[in-house]
Amino acid sequence: MTEKDTDSSPETGSDAAISRRDVLIVTGASIASAGIGGHGANAASSVANIEAPTAQSAKVRLSVNGVSHLLEIDNRQSILDVLRERLQLTGTKKGCNQGACGACTVHLDGKRVNSCLTLAVMHDGAAITTIEGLKQGDTLHPLQAAFVEHEGFQCGYCTSGQIMSGLACITEEHAQSVDDIRFWMSGNICRCGAYPGICAAVRATAQDA
Amino acid sequence: MSTSVFGQSIPRVDGPLKVSGGARYAFEFNQSGQLYAVIVNATIGIGRIVSIEATGVEQMPGVRAVISHLNAPKLTYSPHKGVIDPAVGERLRVFQDEQIRFFGQPVAVIVADTLDQAEHAATALRLRYDAQAPLTEIDDPRAQPIVAQQTAAANARVAADRERGSADQAFADTDVKVDAIFRMARENHSPMEPHATVASWEGDSLTVWSKSQYVLNERAELAAIFGIPPENVLVICPFVGGAFGTSLRTWSHVGIAALAARVVGRPVKLALTRKQMFLDTGHRPRTDQRIAIAATNQGKLTAIIHEATAETSRYEEFIEGITNQTEFLYSCPNVRTRYRLVPTDTSTPTYMRAPGECTGMHALECGLDELAAALDLDPIELRRRNEPTVDESNGRPFSSRSLLQCLETGAERFGWSQRNPRPGSMRDGRWQIGWGVAGSTRGAPQAPADASVRLLPDGRVEVASATSDMGPGTYTSMAQVAAATLGVPVERIKFELGRSDMPTAPSHGGSWTMASVGNAVRSACLAAQDAAVRRAVEDPASIFHGLTADVLHWKDGTLGRKNGEGPRLDQVALLRGGMPIDVRTTASRSTDIANRYSMYGYAAFFTEVAVDADLGIVRIRRMLGVYGIGKVVNPRLARSQCIGGMVGGIGMALMERTVLDQRDGRPVNAHMADYLVPVNLDVPTLETQFLDEQDDAVNPLGIKGIGELCIIGVAPAIANAVYHATGKRVRELPIRIENLLGA
Ligand code: FES
Ligand code: FES
Repeated sequence: MTEKDTDSSPETGSDAAISRRDVLIVTGASIASAGIGGHGANAASSVANIEAPTAQSAKVRLSVNGVSHLLEIDNRQSILDVLRERLQLTGTKKGCNQGACGACTVHLDGKRVNSCLTLAVMHDGAAITTIEGLKQGDTLHPLQAAFVEHEGFQCGYCTSGQIMSGLACITEEHAQSVDDIRFWMSGNICRCGAYPGICAAVRATAQDA
Repeated sequence: MSTSVFGQSIPRVDGPLKVSGGARYAFEFNQSGQLYAVIVNATIGIGRIVSIEATGVEQMPGVRAVISHLNAPKLTYSPHKGVIDPAVGERLRVFQDEQIRFFGQPVAVIVADTLDQAEHAATALRLRYDAQAPLTEIDDPRAQPIVAQQTAAANARVAADRERGSADQAFADTDVKVDAIFRMARENHSPMEPHATVASWEGDSLTVWSKSQYVLNERAELAAIFGIPPENVLVICPFVGGAFGTSLRTWSHVGIAALAARVVGRPVKLALTRKQMFLDTGHRPRTDQRIAIAATNQGKLTAIIHEATAETSRYEEFIEGITNQTEFLYSCPNVRTRYRLVPTDTSTPTYMRAPGECTGMHALECGLDELAAALDLDPIELRRRNEPTVDESNGRPFSSRSLLQCLETGAERFGWSQRNPRPGSMRDGRWQIGWGVAGSTRGAPQAPADASVRLLPDGRVEVASATSDMGPGTYTSMAQVAAATLGVPVERIKFELGRSDMPTAPSHGGSWTMASVGNAVRSACLAAQDAAVRRAVEDPASIFHGLTADVLHWKDGTLGRKNGEGPRLDQVALLRGGMPIDVRTTASRSTDIANRYSMYGYAAFFTEVAVDADLGIVRIRRMLGVYGIGKVVNPRLARSQCIGGMVGGIGMALMERTVLDQRDGRPVNAHMADYLVPVNLDVPTLETQFLDEQDDAVNPLGIKGIGELCIIGVAPAIANAVYHATGKRVRELPIRIENLLGA
């Protein structure tokens, strides 16, 4: 696993580019907190150059697509917002922010979850895979390629969630038949109505797997 | 058009980007130093704001501004009405006074360092109101229907009253008839991507990355709001995460984002929450319709009466052509239509996929099914007996018309002849089985559009137009048109869209993008070839120097002599590392053509439903759509659109309805869990078939458009199948379990 540390200021979600100085400061932080578990006041008090956390925030280590991040996180912040607004991983989408559409589906410690309903502070040390983590170099993951091949989308906004759910469906062995897939993919709404293509893509990938 | 990628099912050129999370939607254009804005909405139906207690909220961590009518700058709001804005009325002006016109009207915006801070502060802001009781329903006894100003003239595009023959008399004089009222729910577009705008000012110039189906109108609207020249506004939107009409207009949140950015002097990101998507971003209006149809015993129509009443807001008259199809779809000497609006204390409706047609055709196609039952005649046969030879609403010939062919082709493939016409006669265990059919029609419009083409010396071609892609595959289909016209491989084409500084395009809606922008791309490519020929004959270093242009021609991407002598040169050889060739042209439909023909696409839908005899649950078992839409640029993309239309139609028929609390007009089911749309398990195998149709009149590419046609007719096919399964006519949409329970 590569170690990449990330902007640890709790108050910005804005900057894609992190200055070298920030990286150095935070690198120190990640080393200092590594043995402690990086949680709450203990972790933060051992770290120089970072403001003592208030009751509103905590230090959280997340591994995202194999890259480790140490983040000072607003306790209200969902994994979805951490991904999109802090880590600039905007491939994971916000459709409803209420757990009702599946657009925000990611894999958290190997299981699919609605990241909009998952508070980051409760998942210190978690390993997350997002849509950005599926490609091998320039090569699409077979399920990604199957979505293109089988027209598993139109606008593409639900697609990241569909693919992350579809992958989970296959590992859960819920992709044995099209009916099976329909059932286990029904937590992911596609307003463009690309369901037949989504099923075909998941089925084809499951059969090839 | 040469050996061609036109008509081929190539995969989407932007597919790999979309499946890897790389396609960037509006909210994802992060700007350095940006802040987050969250809107606060009124919690009363009508009245005025008495006070806003902002002090405590301003002190909350990270909060940079609390903007309301108390402190917002007065904005210019110059008159501006785009073609997608209601022509009569005045748009909502945000934070300019204390009046509340509808539940959910924006009353303040919070700007903070982080999204969580802004959201929290928005929940903490306390407002006091002086509230009155709103009128929210069109069938409220206090409701007062009006004739919309624009519909007053008998020759208006959408007319309040229009009649040929004498429909009421003929209806009274005929024996076989139906007379039914259809009630249809308000619907919300509910695209997966919420509305969002990122706004950034530099001096008096504004850039927004904003979800829009019409970047040019967004530019014009923002310029009008702030009183700046349109050239000072740049709107960028390369991807639209579904819209179905809700991103045609520029709603209040766009101006709010720009206003907030101006007040705080930093870029601001603003997205609507899912709940806010139900408040002030348009909806398909709630309607009541009466359809009355009479026929002779032989099934020849004698009279059709179609009356519609729809909601609009108090501040704008939103109109749509609900009764227009009724005027021409079937041959009938006596037709009367009527259309009224009821202004209510809610926000303004807007175009939603197949606006008007979806609503009106449901009543007409269900009415016709009822008439067929009354006549004991097959519904397809009834349509066959009333097939017109000309458009009887205006006497024009059809440029092409394929309704019967769609019905007959579909009947064959669906196995319609196996249908026992008696309702309730088909059964599969506890499930009652029903088969239903309905027709569909929609205009084949073309709007003036511009496109630019740049031929580069290395062989690449850049094509652009300020259109959008909300999912149909504009990037791909336009590249195909360009590649086919130029005779070059599609990989060489780069089509770009979604910026207001690109050549003018009409709104990306109304099923006219392919016909409008596609034909503009075609003519720009032809103009680029002409320009290349001119350069070649004028350039002393060219092997074609001194020839007249008319002895040369382009074929398969190469230029050479028509007589076949001498070499042929492709783009690279012709431009020889010199300057690119740049052209920009307009394409539009001539008035002559527009006035000469009646131009429509047609479709037919067949569906099988199963209704649980005890529980009233309706499941769709299969569906087939057959479409006569002229030329299809890319069948796999068109098929996806058609499947999307069927899924949308299933939602309309069985699920979608926005329910307002009559005490205050609050949409009570304003989220994805209670505003039901079809999920994967609701959607069975769906089949599509395109007729091989050539229509040379509609436009040079022969394109009619499909995005709306493919949803119209789906809901009535389902409703008619439910009747066939159960013997019950449910004249309400959506059809719910409670409609089917009991005797
Ligand atoms: S955004 Fe998480 S379920 Fe909809
Ligand atoms: S592809 Fe548009 S919502 Fe699924």
